[in-house]
Amino acid sequence: MKSFQLIKVAATIVIGSLLLTGCEKPPPESVQRGYRGTGMEQLANPDTLAEIVAANTMPEATPMLPATGPKAGEIYQNVQVLGDLSVGEFTRLMAAITEWVSPEEGCNYCHVNEGFHLDTKYTKKVARVMVAMTQQANSEWSAHTGGAEGPGVTCYTCHRGKNIPENVWAADPGGPHPPGVMTAEQNISSLASVYTSLPYDPFSPFLEDDKSIRVAGTTALPTGNRGSIKQTEWIYSLMMHFSDSLGVNCTHCHNSRAFYSWEESSPARVQAWHGIRMVRSMNNDYINATTDWLPDHRKGPLGDPLKVNCGTCHQGAYKPLLGKNMVKDYPNLARATLYQAPAAEPTTEPEPEMEMETDSSAEDATTVSMTNKTSSASASAGAY
Amino acid sequence: MIEYQNIFTQVQVDAPDYPGVPIGKDEYNRVGGMTHSYWLGKFGDAQIGPIYLGPFGVLSLIFGFLAFEIIGLNMWASVNWDPIEFIRQLPWLALEPPPPQYGLSIPPLNDGGWWLLAGFFLTAAILLWWWRTFKLSQRLGMSNYLAWAFASAIWLYLVLGFFRPILMGSWSEAVPFGLFPHLDWTAAFSLRYGNLFYNPFHMLSIAFLYGSAVLFAMHGATILAVSRYGGDREIDQVTDIGTAGERSMLFWRWCMGFNASMESIHRWAWWFAVLTVITGGIGILLTGTVVENWYLWGVKHGIAPAYPVLDAMPVVDPQTLEANQ
Repeated sequence: MKSFQLIKVAATIVIGSLLLTGCEKPPPESVQRGYRGTGMEQLANPDTLAEIVAANTMPEATPMLPATGPKAGEIYQNVQVLGDLSVGEFTRLMAAITEWVSPEEGCNYCHVNEGFHLDTKYTKKVARVMVAMTQQANSEWSAHTGGAEGPGVTCYTCHRGKNIPENVWAADPGGPHPPGVMTAEQNISSLASVYTSLPYDPFSPFLEDDKSIRVAGTTALPTGNRGSIKQTEWIYSLMMHFSDSLGVNCTHCHNSRAFYSWEESSPARVQAWHGIRMVRSMNNDYINATTDWLPDHRKGPLGDPLKVNCGTCHQGAYKPLLGKNMVKDYPNLARATLYQAPAAEPTTEPEPEMEMETDSSAEDATTVSMTNKTSSASASAGAY
Repeated sequence: MIEYQNIFTQVQVDAPDYPGVPIGKDEYNRVGGMTHSYWLGKFGDAQIGPIYLGPFGVLSLIFGFLAFEIIGLNMWASVNWDPIEFIRQLPWLALEPPPPQYGLSIPPLNDGGWWLLAGFFLTAAILLWWWRTFKLSQRLGMSNYLAWAFASAIWLYLVLGFFRPILMGSWSEAVPFGLFPHLDWTAAFSLRYGNLFYNPFHMLSIAFLYGSAVLFAMHGATILAVSRYGGDREIDQVTDIGTAGERSMLFWRWCMGFNASMESIHRWAWWFAVLTVITGGIGILLTGTVVENWYLWGVKHGIAPAYPVLDAMPVVDPQTLEANQ
């Protein structure tokens, strides 16, 4: 009987300890972000925070060089976006970009020895678009990035020494399907939906197309909002991505008792609103403009280029690089760009979202499949 | 002295094979022999069998199996018939209701039709099983508390998958068949309709649900605690209280002024369980049909307190700002 008691105690300790290994070490840190009693609190685990701090260091900037002297566009050939920089500024920026994006490959990642002006490599053409995109992010989208005042963005914000940033996305057709079986475009574990069973490509409808993100009712009684539960699940998936990319709870932006309400939200939600439109512009006006000449290994399974989402810059931090001002050392990346997208009509004005109550087309938006892309890949839907 | 000190049955009443009371013309539905298991006796009755199946039981099992197969095979198909992925992804997999554009029409099998079919078979299985509980109570000369309690749960099930989708005009409003997917549906449902916590019927349902669990634990513990005085003869003590009933009633009266009697405790527990699903079903049925945003409904009716807006961070919908420009 004694030994049985001992076994029971031992088993309780072992099983209890095993269960506890699933938990984070307490206590978490909490920061109040709204009126007391509303649960507007930001929770963070100190160990995770330490990892985030360690991961968000910034390379030393080289000393700034004068803007005087001959211009790069006069000395070098084929300088389309940075031609008005002084030679000194231009060379310094080129060296920095090499350190940020291709530290191992060096200049030859983009340039060829036959002549640095030649657009032989696709990477050089991409770099031109990317510089323009960065300038646009700082000059046109300062409501999200802070712009020239900082923190702003540079190539390093996303690239962190890698050719391709850590977090990018392309339209996801889902896994293989037997012929005739429709995909629900959800209910598979996926990183994009942060391992929920929510739709696994929340980016195509919201960060490339401008499908409405507003689905919750805004009146006490029904007034014709036809937003469906399935549509809500797509938006929920996008919000999971926001939360995961920034390492924050819902309450970073929302008061969780009334997610729809702007009055009860934090200012971060306004910043995110601009961010959504900035990312749409990046994906459509810049990245998708490279589709024709981008090689296949820089494209997703459906042939669209690897694109930007929140995680591309944020990488788990509520502000990229935890808000360190990097653009102050590279002001040329924060001015209005000289680049004109070949695809014409650069949409700098964000499209207003459709009003659910008034717009009768909202009903259609809720009913059709949210991603046009995936339907072509998965709809070999004939006879079952 | 026999004492009850842990969750396992300490007293096993083992007796020779006993087929139970005669039930008249349905006798032939009782099939299978009888066997005794010491280890099962640790949990419940040591005698297994005979089993009452009957035509409704058989039909119900067949329909239930069909629904189970349709759901399972659709899940398996969604991972391209890969057995390893099927196991690995099982909690994520689902059979989804049709997309919204089909409304209440019959969709193609591969685009929600299987969901409708699985729902039909599952509902048929459940209703047949309900009829079985009703008839079995009759056969055994019992009254119908069990059947009506089960009917309450079926009410919530039908509201979620049948009544509310019909009122909303779309099968897509219904719940998917799947482990995580039905939980994500639940969260999305609350997000879409402005926070279900402000739905008074949701409040009632939660109160009854948690109340049921507490009452169940309190009652089980009380009866086990007085079984040394014969407290397990609960029904006798409704009319002939005895010292076990008296002690357990005194305990709760002194502990918290809880005025239970040997009969009332069982009626309370029954009503708590039944009202959980009745109120829950009403709350779901009203959502989207007559109430659009439960939080705003709560504000309108004074149940959602207003908190001061922080002057340091006035937030205005940027879309309205843009429209004013």
